Amino acid sequence: MLSFLLRRLALTIPTFIALMFVTFVAIRLVPGDPVEVRVGERGISPERLAMFRHELGLDQPVWQQFLSYCNQLLHGDFGTSLATNQKVLTEFAALFPATIELSLAAMLMAVLLGLPAGAIAAARRGTVFDQTLMGLSVTGYSMPIFWWGLLLIMFVAERWGLTPVSGRIDLIKYYFEPVTGFMVIDAWLSGQAGAVKDALHHLVLPAIVLGTIPLAVIARMTRSAMLEVLGEDYVRTARAKGLPAWRVVGLHALRNALIPVVTIIGLQVGALMAGAVLTETIFSWPGVGKWLIESISRRDYPALQGGVMLISSVVIAVNLLVDLTYGLINPRIRHG
Amino acid sequence: MTPIRRMYHPLTTRTQPRRSRVQVLLAPLALAAALLAAPTLQAKTLVYCSEGSPENFTPALNTTGTSFDAARPVYDKLTQFARGSTQVEPGLAESWVVSPDGKVFTFKLRKGVKFHSGVNGFKPTRDFNADDVLFSLERQWKADHPYAKVSGGKYDYFADMGLNDDVAAIEKLDPLTVKITLKKPNVTMLANLAMDFASIHSAEYADMLLKANKKEQFDQLPVGTGPFSFVAYQKDAVIRYRANKDFWGAAGEKALVDDLVFAITPDATARYSKLKAGECHFVIAPRPADLPEMLKDATLKVVNQPGLNIAYWAFNTQKPPFDKKEVRQALSMAIDKAAIIKDVYLGAGQSAKNLIPPTLWSYNDAVKDYPFDAAKAKDMLAKAGVKTPLEIDLWYMPVQRPYNPNAKRIAEMMQADLAKIGVNAKLVTFEWGEYRKRMQQGEHTTGMLGWTGDNGDPDNFFFLRGCEAARPGGQNLSKWCNKAFDERLDKARTIADVKERSKLYQEMQQIEHDDAPDFKIAHSIVYEAMRKEVTGYKQSPFGSHQFNGVELK
Repeated sequence: MLSFLLRRLALTIPTFIALMFVTFVAIRLVPGDPVEVRVGERGISPERLAMFRHELGLDQPVWQQFLSYCNQLLHGDFGTSLATNQKVLTEFAALFPATIELSLAAMLMAVLLGLPAGAIAAARRGTVFDQTLMGLSVTGYSMPIFWWGLLLIMFVAERWGLTPVSGRIDLIKYYFEPVTGFMVIDAWLSGQAGAVKDALHHLVLPAIVLGTIPLAVIARMTRSAMLEVLGEDYVRTARAKGLPAWRVVGLHALRNALIPVVTIIGLQVGALMAGAVLTETIFSWPGVGKWLIESISRRDYPALQGGVMLISSVVIAVNLLVDLTYGLINPRIRHG
Repeated sequence: MTPIRRMYHPLTTRTQPRRSRVQVLLAPLALAAALLAAPTLQAKTLVYCSEGSPENFTPALNTTGTSFDAARPVYDKLTQFARGSTQVEPGLAESWVVSPDGKVFTFKLRKGVKFHSGVNGFKPTRDFNADDVLFSLERQWKADHPYAKVSGGKYDYFADMGLNDDVAAIEKLDPLTVKITLKKPNVTMLANLAMDFASIHSAEYADMLLKANKKEQFDQLPVGTGPFSFVAYQKDAVIRYRANKDFWGAAGEKALVDDLVFAITPDATARYSKLKAGECHFVIAPRPADLPEMLKDATLKVVNQPGLNIAYWAFNTQKPPFDKKEVRQALSMAIDKAAIIKDVYLGAGQSAKNLIPPTLWSYNDAVKDYPFDAAKAKDMLAKAGVKTPLEIDLWYMPVQRPYNPNAKRIAEMMQADLAKIGVNAKLVTFEWGEYRKRMQQGEHTTGMLGWTGDNGDPDNFFFLRGCEAARPGGQNLSKWCNKAFDERLDKARTIADVKERSKLYQEMQQIEHDDAPDFKIAHSIVYEAMRKEVTGYKQSPFGSHQFNGVELK
């Protein structure tokens, strides 16, 4: 187990180096440097431009900039944002809980609905339920997030008044300082009456929007994995023993069908991060997705590079965790 | 459509925030006390759905309207623009004297002005005085100032307004008198000092942080003398302010709500939804497509006025055939401006005939715009000896700007119009930084750009056609140098009398029109929307947003 873990950890090192290099080069390929992007029609005198570029180290050759960036990273320093002059790590740490909170809620919804829906569809293969569900899942999978979000806001929030439009909490009724950065927890800690409920209400629409694609993927994956497993000998045996259908499907089959599903769930973490960019913008959700987009438009090199590295670390870590859970689900895949 | 609001219609009133479970237990006691005292504990909160996060709270370091808006509630300046106008009025300086040569400005400071108390543990021990003025301006001016390098230390506006080179001395004559001496006369100085970058900070607060070795907090947790004091900021989520009960301003200019909240909402559609749902009281920059519905909604109020900007199409007068006035005039008549306003600006633009917008003093309404007349244009080209088809290039910006929502679309429409008079325009664009650089070098034959005014002084627009800016690398993209125009431009810089200056600027507008160094496209129209319970708001010609004097009825 330990050696497996170490081996996997060692494998992430080249991934990181590649990532670092690609982000570093990609943002520099976008025309316009941070200083030029700042000044508008007003322009800037060549002397001032040269001075600022020198201060930011942008006048050095790119390979030298890359080496000093690597050196900085090895010392655990993600740099300072050019736009706000705040440490990249500080900004990330302040914004990331909002993204996690939203992603967890979305994932929870996707798993809680996707697993049973997929399992039932498999058990009732070919029925109207199955066909409707699969139709819906194709629709869900191909749903443009921006449009879906605005549609939900228009009907659920605006027309029917069931949820708030956007944000994380009612700013007029509630005011408390962030402690954990997770609004639901902070609301509970504040002890203000109704705050937790309000925070949860604010979470509903963005979680649905962000969770729609993972939900569709999980439902489809569960269905096909279940169909495969349901044809296995041991399922036939279980049925032959006279076990009730729910036990056969729910216990014997589902557990074995979970392995590919868990893999997919792990992979969806990356998709969640990508989806968070749009979802956060529509719902004024102060997470890292929106922050990254802004960093690109401002050519805020340190913020973008640091942000990408940090998010990638999370995605890699989650996938590692997924690999480890295989053993729990299927004792045959214990890592020796 | 009137939305149905039930559970989430926010209260415009709330009880004071309770902070912990202990305080929850004490709440009944507090309530009883409140009932005994007076009903004033009901607090009014104004929520502004703003479009983004500020970079920090020190305007001198910033260049974006978003950052200026976020700092404005907190600070005052020596002079200020009267709310809703470009007129300069006394701020922290209650009066001033300008020397006859226009170089020395002596400011008498307001007495008894208090800085905000309690922000970041700061408790002021003295009132505002000359030290604060010196601190705020010298930070931007002197490279060896203890705060010069803090938070990146780029003071773009101070440099752009020419103050780095122009200021000779800033002196404290006594605790309530400050003298600023310039190297050359500059009557726009009073307007410059009303700009956000000249906000006055507390030198005592700066000292406190310097001693605690926490200088970087100075720009994040702001202390000023303004109508609201800073409470808290969470990036991309919210900024909170509280009314400053000690504010020095006139009754109508004070904070008329108890709390001010900026709910950061980057998406324009979401802002509109929140406004309808009552989650915010005020929004800026609505999508043009939402305007018709907004205007019909009885629960909302929509205000608009031309922005302090201009979008133009410059002819490079140093390149043939644009060195001929007749060619420039002909092309000015070839473009269907009304169609551009209608199809590209979608109603959020006003046809322009002068470089300055009509909200700016000295606007010359007597100038007659060139009519759209393709036949006459063609005729004039022929008379000017231009052989058609004439090949020109037409540069357009690769980005959207406040004064130009879609330069590419405009370029295409112009291209089609020009083809009708035998002019083949090749559309050209570059990356935004490169684009500006090349145009300032004068590489184009014709090209689009625009300008957004800073200090509400006409000089801030007309310098764009001055001879000094026509050099390679300068901002005069027509590379046009007209003696009659330039003499007046220089003269107006030395005269303090607004009437006299106005006359010169009006003449310059006629001169420029007649010589046609550019084709003026439009001034954007800036829309802002609020719920109908919001009263007292005055739209600013600068496109800035200010919430003192604003009430919730």
